[in-house]
Amino acid sequence: MNEDQRLIQFEARINAGEKIEPKDWMPEAYRKTLLRQISQHAHSEVIGMQPEANWALRAPTLRAKKILLAKIQDEGGHGLYLYSAAETLGVDRAEMIEQLQQGKAKYSSIFNYPTLNWADMGAIGWLVDGAAIVNQTMLAKCSYGPYARAMLRICKEEGFHQRQGYEIMAKMMAGNDAQKAMAQDAMNCWWWPSLMMFGPHDADSPHTKESMQWKIKVESNDKLRQRFINRTVEQAYHIGLTVPDPKLKYNKETMNWEIGPINWDEFWNVVKGNGPCNHKRMAHHIKYHNKGQWVRDAAIAFAQNETFVTAL
Amino acid sequence: MENANTQFQQWEVFIQAKNGSPFEHAGSIHAADKKMALQNARDIYTRRCEGRSLWVVPTNAIAATVAEEEAEFFDPADDKIYRTPNFYKMPKGTTNL
Ligand SMILES: [Fe+2]
Ligand SMILES: [Fe+2]
Repeated sequence: MNEDQRLIQFEARINAGEKIEPKDWMPEAYRKTLLRQISQHAHSEVIGMQPEANWALRAPTLRAKKILLAKIQDEGGHGLYLYSAAETLGVDRAEMIEQLQQGKAKYSSIFNYPTLNWADMGAIGWLVDGAAIVNQTMLAKCSYGPYARAMLRICKEEGFHQRQGYEIMAKMMAGNDAQKAMAQDAMNCWWWPSLMMFGPHDADSPHTKESMQWKIKVESNDKLRQRFINRTVEQAYHIGLTVPDPKLKYNKETMNWEIGPINWDEFWNVVKGNGPCNHKRMAHHIKYHNKGQWVRDAAIAFAQNETFVTAL
Repeated sequence: MENANTQFQQWEVFIQAKNGSPFEHAGSIHAADKKMALQNARDIYTRRCEGRSLWVVPTNAIAATVAEEEAEFFDPADDKIYRTPNFYKMPKGTTNL
């Protein structure tokens, strides 16, 4: 079979709704796009542990601390599921981490914002995990088997992440004026960046068409963003939060909440590395990766010694 | 052991959800030895009581079929529907069969 015939067969399988598995033939562009997307997704889960870890030792109650630690541990697990999925495409984890640390691979820009007060934990869970759920539920239908399966597992775990965030916000909105102001401030900080998580508008997103043709994505950025907005605006009103968008209005015909213009200059500026915490996040990752070297060395020495002893 | 100094060997993880159920593939992990592989598998794949028993197998010990050879490989089974009970016509009125 030549390349053209293989491509026709590959696209026929995709159109028939079949999943592509690691050892199946796939076009190089499909493999590359997936690898970039999955490794970027894995890095986001891992870097995303940092803004929340900032509050692990300062959570207001023991209950809140237990929940926060469980959530952070889940995010580390999500990173590992995704690194495994990416490894099925023929790149090992060490290589991906090296690319992250050298700035050659990206992670979600949202994690370059600081977490200055406890309400930020609420806003992250409710808005950032909420946006991630909308995106990941779509990705669970993607054509690449290992990625789709990782997404299913992740989606099951995300449910509590979003609810615990909304619970924090609801509690603060039922509190005193200072607590309400903190919650509103967190809403103001995280609303727009969470809308930007869905990526550029469809018209400005050159990869979207190919990705949708091969079902790496099954819905477009704007469609997913709108779904998130519709769900979230009502949740905000429900607990008395104001959405920081003076142009926000409800369109009765389309039944959509329509938003004002997104500040894409800010988005690209953070992507390019000029967000409030870009440098800090990477420096922290490198520092603790290197600090763990002796643990890895010891584990390997132990494993080798064990094999040696059994061989005797 | 590739990249031994940075990431350890890769293992595939199989979980038994409850006593008597089959072991099902959950995903993979990295670990330096069997004990660490079991502990990592527990931490990564069973945080919500997904199982009470685990297998870990070095990834390079697994052999797999490929989609391109699927038809040829499995077609010996395609034309043998006499292996299923519905192939057989029972006389009218037969019961318990
Ligand atoms: Fe996650
Ligand atoms: Fe999450």
